[in-house]
Parts: sequence; C-alpha cells; structure tokens
Amino acid sequence: MNTRRFVSAQALAEAVVRLRELGIFVALAFTILFFSVRATNFMTADNWRDIATDVSMVVVVAVGQTMVVLTRNIDLSVGSIVGLTAYVSSNTLADHHGLPIVVTALIAMGIGALCGLGNGLLVAVGKIPAIIATLATLAIYRGVLFEVTHGQNVFASQLPQSFLDLAAKKPLGVPSLAWIAIGVALVGAALLRWAPWARDFYAVGSNPDAARLAGIPVARRVMTAFVISGALAGLGGFMFAARFASVDAVAGRGFELDVVTAVVIGGVNVFGGSGSVLGAVLGALLVTTIQDGFTLMRVDEFWKIFFNGAAIVVAVTVDALITKRVQEALRRRRRAELLTAHERAAET
Amino acid sequence: MTALVDLRGLSKSYGGVHALADVSVSIDSGTVHALVGENGAGKSTLVKLLTGVIQPDEGELVVDGESQRIGDPQTAHRLGIVAMYQEPTVFPDLTVAENVFAGRHPRGPGRTVDWSRMRADAGRILEDLGVELAPGTPVRGLGVADRQLLEIAKALSSSARLLIMDEPTAALSPNEVENLFATVRKLRERGVAVVFISHRLEEVDAIADVVTVLRDGRHIATRPAAELSHGEIVRLMVGRSLDALFPKEEAEIGDVVLEVDGLRRRGVFSHVSFELRRGEIVGLAGFVGAGRSEVARAIFGIDRPDGGEIRIDGRRFRPRSPRAALRRGLAYLPEDRLQQGLVQPMSIAVNASLAVLPDLTPAGILQPWRERRLARRFIEQLRIKATSPAQAVRGLSGGNQQKVVLSKWLAAEPRILILDEPTHGVDVGTKADVHRTISHLAAQGLTILLISSELPEVLGMSDRVLVMREGRLVAELSRSEATQERVIEAAAGVQEAAA
Repeated sequence: MNTRRFVSAQALAEAVVRLRELGIFVALAFTILFFSVRATNFMTADNWRDIATDVSMVVVVAVGQTMVVLTRNIDLSVGSIVGLTAYVSSNTLADHHGLPIVVTALIAMGIGALCGLGNGLLVAVGKIPAIIATLATLAIYRGVLFEVTHGQNVFASQLPQSFLDLAAKKPLGVPSLAWIAIGVALVGAALLRWAPWARDFYAVGSNPDAARLAGIPVARRVMTAFVISGALAGLGGFMFAARFASVDAVAGRGFELDVVTAVVIGGVNVFGGSGSVLGAVLGALLVTTIQDGFTLMRVDEFWKIFFNGAAIVVAVTVDALITKRVQEALRRRRRAELLTAHERAAET
Repeated sequence: MTALVDLRGLSKSYGGVHALADVSVSIDSGTVHALVGENGAGKSTLVKLLTGVIQPDEGELVVDGESQRIGDPQTAHRLGIVAMYQEPTVFPDLTVAENVFAGRHPRGPGRTVDWSRMRADAGRILEDLGVELAPGTPVRGLGVADRQLLEIAKALSSSARLLIMDEPTAALSPNEVENLFATVRKLRERGVAVVFISHRLEEVDAIADVVTVLRDGRHIATRPAAELSHGEIVRLMVGRSLDALFPKEEAEIGDVVLEVDGLRRRGVFSHVSFELRRGEIVGLAGFVGAGRSEVARAIFGIDRPDGGEIRIDGRRFRPRSPRAALRRGLAYLPEDRLQQGLVQPMSIAVNASLAVLPDLTPAGILQPWRERRLARRFIEQLRIKATSPAQAVRGLSGGNQQKVVLSKWLAAEPRILILDEPTHGVDVGTKADVHRTISHLAAQGLTILLISSELPEVLGMSDRVLVMREGRLVAELSRSEATQERVIEAAAGVQEAAA
C-alpha cells in the first residue's frame, strides 16, 4: 500500500519535469503563432532555414554549457571562444584552400578544448568561482582574438567554395549545420544518461561534499565539463565561420548570453544537479525564434537583450518555486506517513 | 575468533588536549561491537581514525594482522572499512537508486551505466532493510529518517568487512530500528564486523555482543555485553566525581517569568512544557540530537512551532521572529558561536552593538563613540581580554569570542537568556570565567536556560535540571535530585526500558 504511494511520488516528480518541458513547448507554439501573424516573412522557407542555422549554433554550445551548469558552475567565456575559433577556422581555410574541412573543425574544437581546459584549471584547481574565472577568460580569450586578427577581417572571397557551400547545403532537406547540432545533442544526451563519468556531473552539482565522500573525483569531473564546453564552443565557432563567412574580432560577442538563457529557460538548474539536453535544446529553440521574430519586426536591440535578461529571471524564479512546491508536497506525504507509523508503534 | 582490526595504543590530541589517549581495542569479525561514552568521550575521534579522515599521533592500526597506515577514506574503503555518517550526505537531485550507487554505478556493456541493474540492486538492498522506498523516488522529498536509511543502504551496497554505524538510529522509528537490527544481525552472520555507536542503552542491549566504554578519551572497559547491566555501563561512562567546581552564586529566585506549555514542532519535538523563574538557572540536558537547541530556536522565534503556548510574565507571546523575541526580553546565544554569533573580521564594538543598533543611531546616524562606550562596558564587566574595543573579533581566543557574543545579547538588556553550549570548545580557565559570569548574571535577576552536553557544567550551575530525550522532556530534577547517573539514565531512556 505504501509502495504504491511512493511510486506515485516518483511519478509526480517526473511529471513536473515533463510539465516544465511542455511549458517551453507551449511557449514556443505561441511565439511561432504570434510572429507568423505579426511578422511578415516569418513563415517562409528562407527564414526557417535561418532560424535552424542559428539554433544549431546555440544548441551545440548549449550542450556543453549544460554539462558545466550541472556541476554547479557556469562558463561565460563561450562567446569569446566562438569568436576566437571562428576566426582561426576561416583564417586557416583562407591560407590553406586544400585543407579538408573536417580537419579545420577539429582544429577549432582543439583550440576550444584548450580554452576550456584553462577555465577548468582556474575553477577546479585554482578554486576561483566559475563566474569570476570565466568572466576573466571571456576578456582574455577576446583579447587573444584581437591580437591574432590585428584588426584584419577574413572575407568570404578569401574562403574556398567548399566551405561556403557547407552552410547552404541541405541533406535530406535539413541544413547541414542543423545535422551537426542534432548529432551533438544526441551524443550529449546519451553521455548524460549512460556514461558513468557524465552521470557524476549530477552528483557533483547536487552535493559537492557528498560527491567527494562517495569517492567521485570532483576536480577532474569539473575539468571535463569545462573542456567539453570549450570544445563544443570551438565547434560552434567553426559553424559561425561557415554561416557568416566574414569574421572579425567582435564575432560571437554576447553569444554567451544567448547560450546561458537557452540553458536556464530550458530548466537546467543554475544551482547544479538537475537538467537535461532536451530542455536546453527547447530553450535554444525558443530564444532563437524570438530573436529572429524580433529582428523581422525590426524591434529595437534594447528589447532583444531585455527579453533575454527577463527570460532568465522568469525561468529561475519559476524553477525555484516549482522545486520548493514539489519538495514540500513530497515531504508532507512522507512526514504524515512516518507520523502514523510512529503512532502505530507507540500504541503496540 | 581472529581480530579483524586491532587498535594498539592509539592517541590523538588537538592543541594539547587529548581527544584519545592510548586506546587499545580489538574488533572481531562477525561481532557487533558497541562503542559507548558521553559526548566528547572520543568515539567520533576513534571513528575518524579508522576511516582515515585523521591520522593518529601515536599507536598503530592492525588490519588482518598487518600494520596499516590509513591515510584517506579511499584506503579505508579498500581495506573494507566503511562508515555510515551521522550527518546524511545525500544528493537531493538524484533518485534513491542513484544515491545508493553514487560514484560506483553498476556497469553494463561498454562501461555504460546499467540502469536496470542499478534499480534492481537498490531495490533489493532497501527491501533487505525493510524500507518501503521505490528506487526511483527523488531524494529531495525525503526527510532525515529516510536519508539516514539511505546512508545505511549506501554502506551496505559496498562490500564492507567492518561497518561503522555512528548513531544510526537517532532519527528512526521503532519499526525502522527493528529492521535495521535485523540487517545488522544478517551482516554479523556473514562475518561482517559492526561497530555500533549509540546513546540508547536498550539498543546496545538488543544488538551488541561486546561493549567498549570510553571516557575522556580513555579506554575504560571492553566486556561481553551479557556481563554488563545498564547501571554498570552508566557508572563506567560517568566514572568521575564532580572535580571541577563551579562558582555558583546563590541567587534569590523570584516569580515565574517564562512559561512554555505543550510546545511542539512536528517531527522535531512535542509536549514540551516547563517554566522559568526570575534569577533561576535551569539546565537543559540530553544527548546531542534530543531536540534541545530546536526548542530554544522555537522559543526565540527562529523556527515556527506547530503548536503550544509561550507566556512571558503571564502574557501570551507568539514567537514570530528573533526581533520580536528580543523586544519581549528574550535573548538566545547560539551553539555555533563562530557561524551564527559573530561577524569575524569586524571589531568588538561593532559586534557587541549589532543587536541594539537602533538605540545607538539617534536621527539615523550611527554614533561610533556610543558603540565603543558599550563595548568598553562589557569588556570590563565580562573581563574580555582585548587591547581595545576596535580589536577584530577574529583575533580573540574562543572564550573571549564567546563573551563578545554574550555582550551582544546583554546589550539588549534581556530578562531571559538562553545559552546553548556556552563553553563548547573553550579551555578550562575560560570556562570557569564564563561560569562565573553566568552565575553573576543570575544573581542580578536574569533568568537563564542553560543548554549543555557537559554534565558537570549542568549539575554545577543549575538550580533545576530538565532532561530531554528524542524530542520530549523526560525528567525534571531539583538541584539535590540531579546526579550524573540520574540525568544520564533519563537521557538514555534506561528507566523506560527497565519498566
């Protein structure tokens, strides 16, 4: 009799998570409905391709960010890493036309991983709070980019045609960049479900001290999360280069805001320990669609950024309330039950 | 029977104080070894030495006949020594099953997490324990008792040869305790050695094969449980006379100022009723976790009680916040003075005036000289050893820090003062000093509720002693009735078991 009650407690908690994801889905549906009425050219194939491409970049970087946030950290440097690796990607291709595109992508990911390693060392070994450490590297990596570019841009005309075609290609009717994003999301979700080390991210973020007592190598796990986030930001940079062709020193500036917004409204808890890739993907879809619609409606830049900030506040508040309510509901049941058990025992 | 673990002459001291002095005990496979002693007798230190959290200053640990240096918890784990911590260390965001197997998930093909096996194994362990918990339940919704059981499940899921259980039953219901004991017996049959720490002597009776008594860091006795009566255990635990004398001034005891009537807080304490008189020092004794601090916190308005009544001077008082309590003349000196009581980097003057800032800020402007004057008054009155009111609290000794916290509350000129472990962690000289101060304050007409785990302190200072056990007030003893034996018996529930 009791067991049934606990199963329903479990079901309740799971339903809340699903409801949370459903909420973003509904918000997304309303957004699309709104813009299709108000914004001309919203419901066109071209626009959807644009959205898909933009979403893809956010998704790829957001998967890494999800892992970092799960460990109760944050990576603010992803925008700078995107910029740096975007420039390196297109500059390398401009100089070496014959280089296979895959190799370029791997170089970008390698550089991103190195940047991520820097973040990881500062946070896990240097014990600097992630928000400060990655704010510092946000500036540092951007500074490196300025130094590397010397104020020069790479233009589309300098790039090999095969690279320029990448963003335009649509295998099976889906933009190639979206295929990359789908692949990254699937692999990311699988890792977080099946890989023991990735599963540890949840434990580390949920209770770092308990994780240490349970024998989980906490520092190494945090470093891993940052390296993955860096590498995926590198891949995001490569995609950025493919998408925009022309890259300069301010490429990817402010991108971290989009990524963090996507992750947070996707229900990944900023205090670590809970969240999913699916949520982050839905968050990315919502953020990008709204940004795109605003652009089509020629809404002020102010409102676009304002929306991002407001969305974070709303999402965090809603999550905190939900967590509290669910916890209270679950505890009330359990307490009532224990009390009756106590009384039963006292009578006998 | 071979000794699984042999402790030979273990000593450990902290800053000159012996936490453990020359303790030799051997623990056999397939036995349940109870470890008893008062708070501070050295039980936790012994556990920490066994699990590699700390290292001994002297002596050696012999496991399976070989001398071992247990440098960290991982090493202890490898040797099969697993501890269940008193404070549950769970992951609230994860499920029960994942909590049990955190850090060592069962692996399936390709070194992936084998979810179905993990759930099945966790379910089996919980069933063995007799716990009705689905492995998929999120831990966030579980209370302390469930988390404690989870901790046990965690320890059981690893193949322990020596399982240390530090107060495993503190938060459990009688049914759950019975299930736990059944599991312990099963483990014993499998040849596992269990070190069982508990304040409840009836539990020691029910489960232990061997009892080791520690007192003041020393090994007093190790005997078969069957040979020891409760009375003897208590006598061995206490063993000392009231050697440290406390300068209790005789105070004139006046009218009732505080009445607590049927106060309760669900799952924490219930049926708590007592009264305090003017000029009286009332000791509140009991083991750690009996609910003493919780009652104090409820009276002072930190935690909201679920029912009952509090009256001050016969008038109803509803504790809504510490501010409201302060206005009615109540003050509470919390147990953890470093965390809750003081702003470490700031001066004595700033700390002492924290609770009365509005009085020092006529027209909304803080007048620092008033702060300093206040601090100087208390430095003199309480004999705080400091160079000036401007000295940072961080630089003071423990006892002097404690006096600064006391100043902070005395500045509000309370009539009822609740002191929670006021001499915890201070040296002997300072302790006497604090006692003198407390006694002096009572003589001046202050009413004091003294929560303390140190029996000599409670007995030496109090006009009356209240004893709590498991969230209930179980005894009220006058100064002449209150002996160490009687207080410990009440706190451990010996009489109840005998009846």
